[in-house]
Amino acid sequence: MSTTTAPQAQAQSPANEKMTGARILWASLEREGVQTVFGYPGGAILPVYDALKHSAIRHILVRHEQGATHMADGFARASGKVGVAMATSGPGATNMVTGIATAMLDSSPVVCITGQVGSKFIGSDAFQEVDITGITLPITKHNYLVTKAEDIARTVREAFYIAQSGRPGPVLIDITKDAQQASCVFDWEAAAPQLPGYRPDLSPSRQDYEKALELIRASKRPIILAGHGIILSGATQEVCKLVEHLDIPVAVTLLGLGGIPASHPLNLGMMGMHGEAWVNTAIQEADLLIALGMRFDDRVTGNLNTYARNAKKIHVDIDPAEINKNVNVDVALVGDLREVLRELQPKLESTPKHPEWVQYIGQLKGDSAVRDIQNLPDSGHLYAAHVINDLWRETSGNAIVVTDVGQHQMWEAQYYRHNTPRSLITSGGLGTMGFALPAAIGAKVARPEAEVWVVVGDGGFQMTMPELATIFQEKIKVHIAIINNGYLGMVRQWQEFFYSRNYAASPLVNPDFAKLAEAFGIRATTVTQRSGVVPAIREAREHDGSMLINFRVEQEDTVYPMVPAGADLKDMIRRPNPAVDTEMEW
Amino acid sequence: MLNTFVVYVEDKPGVLARVAILFRRRAFNIETLTVGRTDVPGVSRMTIVVDTDEQGALRIEANVYKLVNVLRIQNITGSDVTRDLALIKVAITAQTKSRVEEIANKHAAHIVETGRDAMILEFTSTKDKMDQFIAALRPYGILEMVSTGHVAMAGCSQASHHSALLIEEVKGSAQGIPRSV
Repeated sequence: MSTTTAPQAQAQSPANEKMTGARILWASLEREGVQTVFGYPGGAILPVYDALKHSAIRHILVRHEQGATHMADGFARASGKVGVAMATSGPGATNMVTGIATAMLDSSPVVCITGQVGSKFIGSDAFQEVDITGITLPITKHNYLVTKAEDIARTVREAFYIAQSGRPGPVLIDITKDAQQASCVFDWEAAAPQLPGYRPDLSPSRQDYEKALELIRASKRPIILAGHGIILSGATQEVCKLVEHLDIPVAVTLLGLGGIPASHPLNLGMMGMHGEAWVNTAIQEADLLIALGMRFDDRVTGNLNTYARNAKKIHVDIDPAEINKNVNVDVALVGDLREVLRELQPKLESTPKHPEWVQYIGQLKGDSAVRDIQNLPDSGHLYAAHVINDLWRETSGNAIVVTDVGQHQMWEAQYYRHNTPRSLITSGGLGTMGFALPAAIGAKVARPEAEVWVVVGDGGFQMTMPELATIFQEKIKVHIAIINNGYLGMVRQWQEFFYSRNYAASPLVNPDFAKLAEAFGIRATTVTQRSGVVPAIREAREHDGSMLINFRVEQEDTVYPMVPAGADLKDMIRRPNPAVDTEMEW
Repeated sequence: MLNTFVVYVEDKPGVLARVAILFRRRAFNIETLTVGRTDVPGVSRMTIVVDTDEQGALRIEANVYKLVNVLRIQNITGSDVTRDLALIKVAITAQTKSRVEEIANKHAAHIVETGRDAMILEFTSTKDKMDQFIAALRPYGILEMVSTGHVAMAGCSQASHHSALLIEEVKGSAQGIPRSV
């Protein structure tokens, strides 16, 4: 595994010497601390690639521009730093769209740089011309079309600042070919951002703090809902402190997993559609929701009309547009979560604890455990839950796990117990198939010392599979666990529950994934029995390079429990258990 | 109800598209949108009228606030002075010409041009008066009509600031938009 080397700002020129826009771009990226760019060259970005030789930045050649954006995204999520992706104009740029939208929905700081046809040709439908700033307008936090070399340095500074401040998000910079080729003086100091309208530094009013404190002090059955924001704002310790100090149970969203240690006694686990019964029941019976850095997504709330009806609601978020978007709240604290919690904490010194409430939720937990697949007798079948649980044990819960979207993603969330922030990287908001493999590459580049595992379905894996070549070419070590059930599993599950088992277009006839990986120069094995799981994981962990494990799991397994879309959180479909159920529900 | 927003934006390419696409993406229907220059160089001003409820108006305010090129958004509903300018081409005959002129005079409209079989009227007013004026002209035959959409500013009862000062205040401010819930 080659690691990134610190850039030595080789592209920097002596004062007042003119440089091309292309060199200025690399120099600006170096000034922003960039060490790696994920990209794919093409006509309109060639001047930039030509100037790469002057820079110490490592370029990772991807196999599809969607992969580049997911890698930059995975890099950002693993490190908290801005990830950078690069592509040419036209199809190169449009291939980035899915990755940009993924980063947007999950508030990931990514800067995408695209080449554009010469400024004189804009609007002429020139070869490989596409209006990428127009296309990405609704899926970027902000974007730029740069037509002059003089504007490149300032635009890069602004883009990096916008991407990582406030609520993070993707920023796209489209640079015309003539701007890359033209020369001007590179003056980084003079290129300070000019963003008079950008004010991400909101803070709540005194009165709002007072109202929040009153609600917290008066509550008998409070629950904290912790989302991605607790990780993004670096507030995980402050949240833990609040949880412990007030003895308040905490439920987490999918993207909040790892923010509070799974082993923490007050951490109930994931809420929402595939959250455990006790978590959703606790939310529905609470008298106060304290929502921290989460956005009441429909997968979290179920039916809004019946959602936590008896609870007062406090919403802390840095984005004012999230307030009252889906759920109307009693108090909104708009600001950086860490600052807000530091303000609240000292004022809650003498607040009473909630032992009866915590004990009650503990009882709910016991009721659910009998249905857990881990506690069902071994039938000889290989279940995805077993694979993920074994992976968790073998890696002592210390790996970075990167997942796609679907059944395997939910099983991972349920059975891999994350104890540290940024140890689960998954496409939550957009639910992007094909995210896992490239995002894992980005995560490994960001944190070369970490053990990185891809947990991916057989469907999603095939969407960005060519990035296996990137792994091999760039000698990146990530292990790949394909949860292969021969179906688009979550689609099949919905068809089973809601479409009379009409499995339309969900069965997959797959290639031999192990042979495929070997063709890419990556070691691989196939596991069909439970007894084979641990040895395969151990083999991968001991192997020098990447390894792919094709887990052929039970074909028609189902993620339980499940709250059907739009249903009340309490109306969940539970895992059937012959020991406790007199009749099967499904 | 109709909400009237005043939005100061940086005069940069694509700003109008950013605002318009935001409204479309968040499923708000723009009643009217006007944009023009202000007395501050580099700053344009929009008047946007949207039919929405109180929560919707707050969400619009927050979402527009987030646009990087937006300097300031104010909801001036209730305290606004709003005007709409229309040019209306009405059919006339030798018999009806004087009656149309009468209607124009009665509504304080300005006759811009009179031809053999048509007359162009200029009318500046609030929405209600505009509707009445159009209703009065309709029997004679409206050949063509264009209106600017609403332009608005806060009334004099509101604390008055020079718009340049408002924008300066924004540039140096770390204060957020008020979030009364």
